[in-house]
Amino acid sequence: MSDLLTVKDLWIEGRSDEMWNPIINGCSLNLKKGEVLGMIGESGAGKSTIGLACMGYTRDGVRISKGSVVFDGIDLVTASARVKRDFLGKRIAYVAQSAAASFNPAHKIIDQHTEAPVQHGVSGRGESVEDGIELYRKLRLPNPEEIGFRFPHQVSGGQLQRAMTAMAMSCRPDLIIFDEPTTALDVTTQIEVLASIRQIVEEYNTAAIYITHDLAVVAQMADRIKVLLKGDEVEESDTRTMLSDPQKEYTKSLWAVRAFQRPVKPLATEGSVPVVSVRNITAAYGTTDVLHEVSFDVHAGRTVAVVGESGSGKSTVARCITGLLLPRAGEVAFDGKVLPANYKKRSKAQLRQAQMIYQMADTALNPRKTIGQIIGRPVQFYMGLKGVEKRERVNELLDQIELEPSQYFNRLPSELSGGQKQRVGIARALAAEPKFIICDEVTSALDQLVAEGILRLLADLQDTLGLSYMFITHDLATVKSIADEVVVMKDGKVVEQGPKTSMFTPPHHAYTDLLLSSVPEMDPDWLTNLLQERGVDNIGDAAVNKM
Amino acid sequence: MSGLVWFVIIIVGLLVAAYVFRLAGQAITSNAPKFRDMTFGVAFGYIFGATLFVWATYYYFQPKITGVGTPNAGVIFFRWAVQGFIIASIAAFLFRVFGRAVGTEVTKKLFRSMPLTASFGILVIILYAITAIFAGSIAPYGESEILGAANVLAGGDITAGGDPAYPLGTDQIGRDILSRLIFGARNTVGIAFITTCLAFFIGGSLGFLAATLQGWLDQLLSRSVDVLMAIPSLIFALLLMTIASVWSIKLGVPLTIFMVLIIAVIDSTRVYRLARAVGLNIVVMDYIEAAKLRGEGLGYLVFKEILPNAMAPLLAEFGLRFCFVFLTIAALSFLGVGIQPPLADWGTMVRDLGPFINFAAFIPTAAVSPLLAAGAIALLTVAVNFVVDWMLHKTSGLQE
Repeated sequence: MSDLLTVKDLWIEGRSDEMWNPIINGCSLNLKKGEVLGMIGESGAGKSTIGLACMGYTRDGVRISKGSVVFDGIDLVTASARVKRDFLGKRIAYVAQSAAASFNPAHKIIDQHTEAPVQHGVSGRGESVEDGIELYRKLRLPNPEEIGFRFPHQVSGGQLQRAMTAMAMSCRPDLIIFDEPTTALDVTTQIEVLASIRQIVEEYNTAAIYITHDLAVVAQMADRIKVLLKGDEVEESDTRTMLSDPQKEYTKSLWAVRAFQRPVKPLATEGSVPVVSVRNITAAYGTTDVLHEVSFDVHAGRTVAVVGESGSGKSTVARCITGLLLPRAGEVAFDGKVLPANYKKRSKAQLRQAQMIYQMADTALNPRKTIGQIIGRPVQFYMGLKGVEKRERVNELLDQIELEPSQYFNRLPSELSGGQKQRVGIARALAAEPKFIICDEVTSALDQLVAEGILRLLADLQDTLGLSYMFITHDLATVKSIADEVVVMKDGKVVEQGPKTSMFTPPHHAYTDLLLSSVPEMDPDWLTNLLQERGVDNIGDAAVNKM
Repeated sequence: MSGLVWFVIIIVGLLVAAYVFRLAGQAITSNAPKFRDMTFGVAFGYIFGATLFVWATYYYFQPKITGVGTPNAGVIFFRWAVQGFIIASIAAFLFRVFGRAVGTEVTKKLFRSMPLTASFGILVIILYAITAIFAGSIAPYGESEILGAANVLAGGDITAGGDPAYPLGTDQIGRDILSRLIFGARNTVGIAFITTCLAFFIGGSLGFLAATLQGWLDQLLSRSVDVLMAIPSLIFALLLMTIASVWSIKLGVPLTIFMVLIIAVIDSTRVYRLARAVGLNIVVMDYIEAAKLRGEGLGYLVFKEILPNAMAPLLAEFGLRFCFVFLTIAALSFLGVGIQPPLADWGTMVRDLGPFINFAAFIPTAAVSPLLAAGAIALLTVAVNFVVDWMLHKTSGLQE
């Protein structure tokens, strides 16, 4: 069979600082009908740029300087706008990372679904609505007859992502480009979306390009895998070969990331006073309780991982500990002394003891301040250091987070990479010289290699400074690598808690079991096996809801 | 009726020309992407622009005097406008070249990336500032000095009713217009600047305060602002100025101070709205939460964390607001309750010299008198907006 899509020696440039800088240096790929190609790489590797270029499209300020993208005999690089208009949406479709940001919030889902088929003259509105409902049923969305008539904000993130896949399928395209469709989702939701995508791609024999940075995910989805690094191809081969026998150093390093594991620490001594203890906290937003009688302790020098899906109340616990949210009942004690519930009533010394590192380093650092100012402020505020002393202390902190002081002191956050920003966030927390740090999903917005670097840094800091961490995450791989104790939360309740070793060995609580088994593994047969084991309707959210 | 017919013919002609232009472009360049993907609207734009340019060139070279012997005022004013535009462009270009060669590394870098419009704006603002500050030594005559002849025309040509001693002529009671324009810069621009700053101080700080604290304070401030905004601002200002004119006599405080306060308060409502809206988007950021949890005070939060991030929209608003305040003052003066005579003010000058505009068709130089003051206002408004646009572009990091 001839190739559906052939990309030959594609060079793409982006304009910045009045210059054209290369983004993609000579990428080639080909795709047969019904084949799924996985594309992985860190952010900035050019995955999305290639994905869009496969549709003959480039973002503003980006251009294709050389090469060809031949789709079914037509070169999309030189094709006219009119020719491309016939192709896009009809024969090539695109599924974006954030469905929530990609749907128009002012229109019902089904209206957006029918737009492409009606515009392209594939089918009338009535037929297309029926077809949409059929697709929703195939993708196992709840209430397929009715869900399309809701607005995007009325359905959950995972459902919206599936509705978007259905929308891409609406014209039965020959090629779909999936750009990180599950990155923003919980494990249990992710598994449902993955299963649906795979099923529908197989059923209609659609070719797909699956872009992601998660190796385990790509192993489930793709027939072949292509690895990219900073716009260069690293290697390409079929999935099983790639997993069992990677050729290049970079690919091996990607594969090795998940190997990071801290040594198991002895249990905390019986009767010692915990650094932080959360006692029977019940909290509410408005009149709805979101936390029910949550209690756990964090001992000195140890890491407690709080695990759960979004909406399970993990971050709300953090807000109660910091005093941003007043609990309806219960209390938070620090070194055995109960803290005032409201942060405004806490003393400077009490505030200093507990610091926080945020998920999105972008919003956690003031974009108009230099790194020196950001880290320097708590140094000055809590320690009262000024001038040269302050500068020295900031340099010391920058050294601790492995950033060269002379180079980074005067930079703005926008001039740093995601991982570097997160390091600055860590330094700001360290500047207060706290005993206890809350890490709120600190690695979930980062690439795996970068995330691993952050985890290692946090682990080293814990060893040298004797810090205690409360580590909020939904990623169980992170838990495995860094936690000493684990607290599993669901619907605002603690489902199970205990030391890591016992948590990762059966028997588990049913929910813990579900969470653990939903984490994609590198084995390409993992999803198939899981589906056989549990049945199509008993994975992910559906299973959660049955509990 | 025939005018309408001509209009339709011209439009149809342009549409046909645009179609032919695109077709010819495709044929000649053998379907280059530029012509191939050109929409009809764009082709029409090219043709329309070209036609306009040809007509402007033709009109520019029409004789100054009509066949009957009367001056062709349209052509004369059009020539002045075109010449003014060219001179302004050259001045802006030279200023930018100058800026790139002289000064520190920082300013040189600034000038290197500066568009021509911004350098024009900066040049004009600098000139206005110099004029306003050194008005006393630049102006040839005193601000309210009554000289001999009244209604001397601009141009300095004795045969045409001018006087070389008064290059821009004199007004209806014989004061030198050039001198009054120069002093007007000090009064009008200076007062507008102070008023705008005051409006931003009041509106900005209250807006950020409401955004940060929220709750009842936000409600109270926002609803009061709603009430103030519900009243048409010029009428409201007029009303308050009338009341204040009584107080100013009773208290012995100059009316100008009341005017500054009144306009600042009325305009601060708009600034408050903007500052609150921008502030609300910023206070939800994690870095604000981090600062709160650090135990920072309100002042630090507002001025060190929020303000720097709200600078871009506020600056843009400052440019617009400055022009509005400026126009409000001119309007109030025009209505007779603003800056009081004998102080020179551009708004008052437009009002006082306004009738001369009726002579435009016969003696173009006579119509210049009111236009000079109006032009001074327009020029500054344009200049400020050019600069603000550029700053906005820079600070928001928008490219192209």
